[in-house]
Amino acid sequence: MPTASHKLKVRKAYQTLAWTAFRGATGINGLALVIICVFLFRNGLSAITWSFLTEAPRDSMTAGGIFPCIVGTVLLSVGSMLVAFPLGVAAAIYLNEYARPGRTLRFIRLGINNLAGVPSVVFGLFGLAFFVIFFGFGVSLLSGVLTLAILILPVIIGTSEEALRSVPNTYREASLGLGATKWQTIRLVVLPAAVPGMLTGAILGLSRAAGETAAIMFTASVFYTPDLPTSIFSPVMALPYHVYVLATAGTNIDKTRPLQYGTALVLIALVLGMNLAAIWLRARLQKRR
Amino acid sequence: MAMNRKIKDNIAKYFFLCTALFSILALALITIYLFIEGLPIFKVTSVTDFIFGQYWYPTDAAHPEFGIATLITASLAVTILSSCLAIPLGVMTAIYMAEISTHEVRQIVKPVVELLASLPSVVIGFFGMVVVAPFLQDVFDLPVGLNLLNASLMLAFMSVPTICSVSEDAIYSVPRELKEASLALGATHWETIRKVILPASLSGISTAVILGMSRAIGETMVVLMVAGGAAMFPTSLFSPVRPMPASIAAEMAEAPFRSNHYHALFATGIVLFLFTLIFNIIAQHISEKHKQTGAATL
Repeated sequence: MPTASHKLKVRKAYQTLAWTAFRGATGINGLALVIICVFLFRNGLSAITWSFLTEAPRDSMTAGGIFPCIVGTVLLSVGSMLVAFPLGVAAAIYLNEYARPGRTLRFIRLGINNLAGVPSVVFGLFGLAFFVIFFGFGVSLLSGVLTLAILILPVIIGTSEEALRSVPNTYREASLGLGATKWQTIRLVVLPAAVPGMLTGAILGLSRAAGETAAIMFTASVFYTPDLPTSIFSPVMALPYHVYVLATAGTNIDKTRPLQYGTALVLIALVLGMNLAAIWLRARLQKRR
Repeated sequence: MAMNRKIKDNIAKYFFLCTALFSILALALITIYLFIEGLPIFKVTSVTDFIFGQYWYPTDAAHPEFGIATLITASLAVTILSSCLAIPLGVMTAIYMAEISTHEVRQIVKPVVELLASLPSVVIGFFGMVVVAPFLQDVFDLPVGLNLLNASLMLAFMSVPTICSVSEDAIYSVPRELKEASLALGATHWETIRKVILPASLSGISTAVILGMSRAIGETMVVLMVAGGAAMFPTSLFSPVRPMPASIAAEMAEAPFRSNHYHALFATGIVLFLFTLIFNIIAQHISEKHKQTGAATL
């Protein structure tokens, strides 16, 4: 039957066509990532010097370095992690170890999913109204840390839950069978086995907080502050906000281009570095299993 | 002794329940404080005037106008336009990862998509300003390159990872038997994808699309930096626009504390929050109602 084989050929040709389209679409994503990284790397590298990384901005931010921004971003992201990590892990323990399917669980899941979907600028507004004004913390490290902590909480809950889920049930059964209580089982058996997976989540949360701009622009970061933060009530400079400020505000936008590229490169190196570390850690864990 | 252990066990349980409830508390507080700071604007203007009013002149000394129709339109325009790009791109990448690529290729593609998701929005906005804007200006001979099209392009790359990873999960969850049955009947792999796998994972893909749109409408830094910032209805792809998040982020610093302008920005935040909330609830509804539970539900 020549027609049938001809038809099959046509059908195969359609498949080849579709495959090409799918490969193309996937390629575009890769290309976008590569173009952005290569572009920032090529333009930003010349700005990166030791003094750029270790000095404060000078001459109304048209010269000097970005040291206060690096310090600010590290403090903000590590601080928010210290708040959100224990909370997120504990919530994940409830969801994975204690909760039974039912209305409470659905309600909690609805809350977490919707919290994850809140736009970052709305977190910023909330932080302004609640921490900055209501609690009177002012525009400060503390307000920023607490706002960011709520923002990254869903990320940490999600990855911690995944880590707990991947602990085999036989571990729990063995421990319970030996007479341990549920709490003892979780503390001494389940948690130690899940810690590496949770670490992945912690790194992802850190990187998310480090790159966040809209949530800190009303709560923690300022245009320019000559001093490094001295207490949790000090306002800070931060890398993402610094990129935004240099690129949009002020009269010397073209003059500060090298600084902008340099700051963006430091930020992206920090964020992508942490993400690569998380991906590597996860791959290692999967191999071990 | 046994009693003591039992009590400890119960304390632990309720402690963990409380931490799990914290997310709901946070969500409730966010809603409450947005409304506390946003509602006072409706003493000066009515809800309909606020939402359908075409003029946004919050700083006009004599006759301030608080109408956010142009801002809402701009938000919807960038969201829809970016989705037109992000949906095909994201879903096709998901199909490639789940169905076509070899295991080794997938080990590379998946991290690439994850890294794309992790790029800080301010960096993407910066890229749009210094690379895409001059490019559009040259190619289309425009006065400025910061416009609706530029913002939509940049937003598309921010929602692709969301759409891609959620769709991929949906495609994975299609039961093997369905696929094998189709292949055994003589369909090619592409025909199987088109007529069996895609229809079976449609609900999951819809969820992915809505979550991607929710991400796009709430994204702030990109629209703040590259959308152009004009509070007008867009008339072409190259119109500068001012989506809601851009307006909030740009003006909050200069709005006097608890002035009408300040309250109006919070009220804009309420509208934005409601949009994303509705998107998310629809997404969850679809994924729960149409959950694939075994081969029989196709």
